[in-house]
Amino acid sequence: MNSSEQTTPLLEVRHLSKHFGAVQALNDFSMAVRPGEVVALAGDNGAGKTTLIKAISGVFQPTGGEILLRGQPVTFATPQEAREKGIETIYQDLALADNLSIGGNIFLGREPMRKVLGFLPVLDRKAMAVAAQQTMGRLDFHVSRLDAPVSNFSGGQRQAVAIGRAVYWDAQILIMDEPTAALGVPEQRKVISLIHQLKAQGRGVIFISHNLQDIFAVSDRIVVLRRGVQAGERKISETNHDEVVKLMVGG
Amino acid sequence: MTSTSPTETHVAPQADHGDPARSWLGRIAEGRAWLFLAGLIICFEVWSRFSFGATFVLNPFNVQSIAIFAVAPLLLATGQTFVIISGGIDLSLGFIMGLAAVVAAHATNMAGAAIPLPLAMLAGILAAVLVAGVPGVINGLLISRLRIPPFIGTLGMFGVARGTAFLLAGGTTVPVQNSWFALLGNGRFYGVPYLVIIAAVFVVVMHYILSQTRFGQHNYAIGANVQAARRAGIDIRGHILRLYVLSAMCAGLGGALYAARFTAGAAQAGEPLLLDSVAAVVIGGASLFGGSGTIFGTVAGALVIAVIQYGLVFVNVEPFWQFIAVGLVIIISVLIDQAQRRFSGARQDE
Repeated sequence: MNSSEQTTPLLEVRHLSKHFGAVQALNDFSMAVRPGEVVALAGDNGAGKTTLIKAISGVFQPTGGEILLRGQPVTFATPQEAREKGIETIYQDLALADNLSIGGNIFLGREPMRKVLGFLPVLDRKAMAVAAQQTMGRLDFHVSRLDAPVSNFSGGQRQAVAIGRAVYWDAQILIMDEPTAALGVPEQRKVISLIHQLKAQGRGVIFISHNLQDIFAVSDRIVVLRRGVQAGERKISETNHDEVVKLMVGG
Repeated sequence: MTSTSPTETHVAPQADHGDPARSWLGRIAEGRAWLFLAGLIICFEVWSRFSFGATFVLNPFNVQSIAIFAVAPLLLATGQTFVIISGGIDLSLGFIMGLAAVVAAHATNMAGAAIPLPLAMLAGILAAVLVAGVPGVINGLLISRLRIPPFIGTLGMFGVARGTAFLLAGGTTVPVQNSWFALLGNGRFYGVPYLVIIAAVFVVVMHYILSQTRFGQHNYAIGANVQAARRAGIDIRGHILRLYVLSAMCAGLGGALYAARFTAGAAQAGEPLLLDSVAAVVIGGASLFGGSGTIFGTVAGALVIAVIQYGLVFVNVEPFWQFIAVGLVIIISVLIDQAQRRFSGARQDE
């Protein structure tokens, strides 16, 4: 038994179910994420990965089962509530506003204000830029043009901005949906190293990917979903590509 | 986006982000409406001097006339700027302005019978702005709650506001009997028309809202990526509602100032101004795809249109050429905008 497995999980889901009408998208599914742990979630299209992360991140309510945060049962009515409790989801399409700066994106929806002439509230762009620089620095990611819109950045840099936003707001659990898809190889490596940073900071990461190479490069454990049920759970050190593929396709 | 295996080769997107030419181009593009305006004024100056031996722009009467001429389209265009940046469009602004002009005339006259004239004037303006807010609320609800595309929702409200305005006006123009209101529309402060002062203050306030407040910041975010804005916790429905009320109230103020200038309210007051308002925003550098645009760009756009319209009359060109000239300027602006986008590799879809 690894010692990390005795600590209270950051996030635990127990017997989670979700059905849409007669369709059982998720059935009696359980998993846990511990501090500093990267858990890969694998499965074919339609296996229930998206349903699972949407239930965890508050997009919709599970039909059955429970979600525990540091051992405490929680329910999220909205994604906002999940985010306030420290669960941040980073979607495939990054969810960045391309025309805003890094700071503008980090603070989107909760912009800091300052007062001019003692009464007129204005956006505190300087505070946003400073926080952006510090946050990106914590991810070992240095940018010089803090006022440039993020549309000017590469795919990997934009991914880093999305992660930076989560880190700034002190997300303890990051759910990353295909973070390396649609990136060039050097950019994929950069994202993998970002995930290592998050792990070193003691955060929990749920990493969803089709790419077994990336999964094996970054994860501690892998949980395989098939048709809404848990098809298997392995430590990365104790499994291999073939076994995972078999779990995914049900061989 | 689909998942890709790392063995596939990729053209790394945005690999040229260090290119200094791009930011140079971007800066030129932002200021292009002002450059255009300057070029236009120089053209008319040269034309005027060669044809008539008279100055165009150094004549204070011309400057004043152009400024007054630009006030109403500019008020509509500032509201339209917010809407277009959010990725929408408001086609109802022209007739909301007409409706507001009629309401301003009626309300000023009615109030004038009961309270002192200056107060009646303020009551008339307030009534115009508030009544204009009603179609704005309906637009906002249609678009945010019932998910009707802005083009269709505001097109419907275009008809409703138009009919209501003509009904309220009894199919004619409504004269205003209020000397204060007439003074507001035609008086000057040290040579500067009150209307221009009001418009200038209004523009500064709108610039502040767009560039310095959360509302403005969220407006840009929604225009660029509504999903991102929603996931960031922004209340999209509430924002869209406030947005269309804001643009309608801009048109409402425009209607009230129209009634002051002509001492009459007319349902068709803003009819020709709707497309001018869209044109001013586009010439001012905003993208109809949403996400970009500035108030000062729109000011330049509105002035470009006013200078073309007034200038062509001044140099004695048949007025019908105005339509052709403004139309060409719109097309050229969009062509430049697209070329710039292609150059900078900015993403238009996501």
